[in-house]
Amino acid sequence: MLISNMEFMTGKKVLKHLGLVQGSSVRAKHAGKDIMAGFKNMFGGELKAYTELLHESREEATERMVQQAEAAGANAILNVRYSTSSIAAGAAEIYVYGTAVVLDNPE
Amino acid sequence: MDQIIITLVLISLGYFFGRHAEKKHYRHIIEREELMNALPAMASRFPPVGEKFEQTLVSGNVVIANDYFKTFAAGLRNLFGGKVSSYETLLDRARREAVLRMKEEAQALQADYVFNVKYETTSISKGKNNRLPMIEVFAYGTALKKITP
Repeated sequence: MLISNMEFMTGKKVLKHLGLVQGSSVRAKHAGKDIMAGFKNMFGGELKAYTELLHESREEATERMVQQAEAAGANAILNVRYSTSSIAAGAAEIYVYGTAVVLDNPE
Repeated sequence: MDQIIITLVLISLGYFFGRHAEKKHYRHIIEREELMNALPAMASRFPPVGEKFEQTLVSGNVVIANDYFKTFAAGLRNLFGGKVSSYETLLDRARREAVLRMKEEAQALQADYVFNVKYETTSISKGKNNRLPMIEVFAYGTALKKITP
């Protein structure tokens, strides 16, 4: 599955548009990590546990989007956009969407 | 009384450790930015005309927190209004770090450019009253690798 946040793939023609595909994931971290983050909050700096958590969450959302595109018979997703919203204390929702298309010569 | 002492200790700890951490981070960022100069990231939507590329989505993210001193200083600033420079450096560091991570991913793919770069900033500590600011910056774009015929 080819994924890009551009509207086209250079050198490839779009044969068919299959519409919007999307994936989302909501995650919260466990208490231990939260306590460590509390310490980091005093001294400033990167919160690696949260960075990883959100990274994993994005991967999961992307995976769901790809599954949906595969089910629709697409071989590429174009114009992909991410959106993040903090919905509750310590939980964030990742949403990813794009257009599923069929390309003429995907490698 | 105890409360005041604890707050003062936290502020001074935040000041020293936070300043040290920020300086170290900036040095690290500047070093890596120089290495990454050969791989330009652009906000442009269209790649150079007449060439074929292999396109891959690349991204980088970072969650970063403010130290206690800066949060306190920003709180004071809130009373009078004006430029809150302690938050400015926090966001600046986060954005540059996220872009660097994105570029590192692109470099691993031996890409020539990163196009259509988008940023996203979220405050993830929202909703918690007694919480210090934590922000997440996510940068993503399309890595382009020239296809040599």
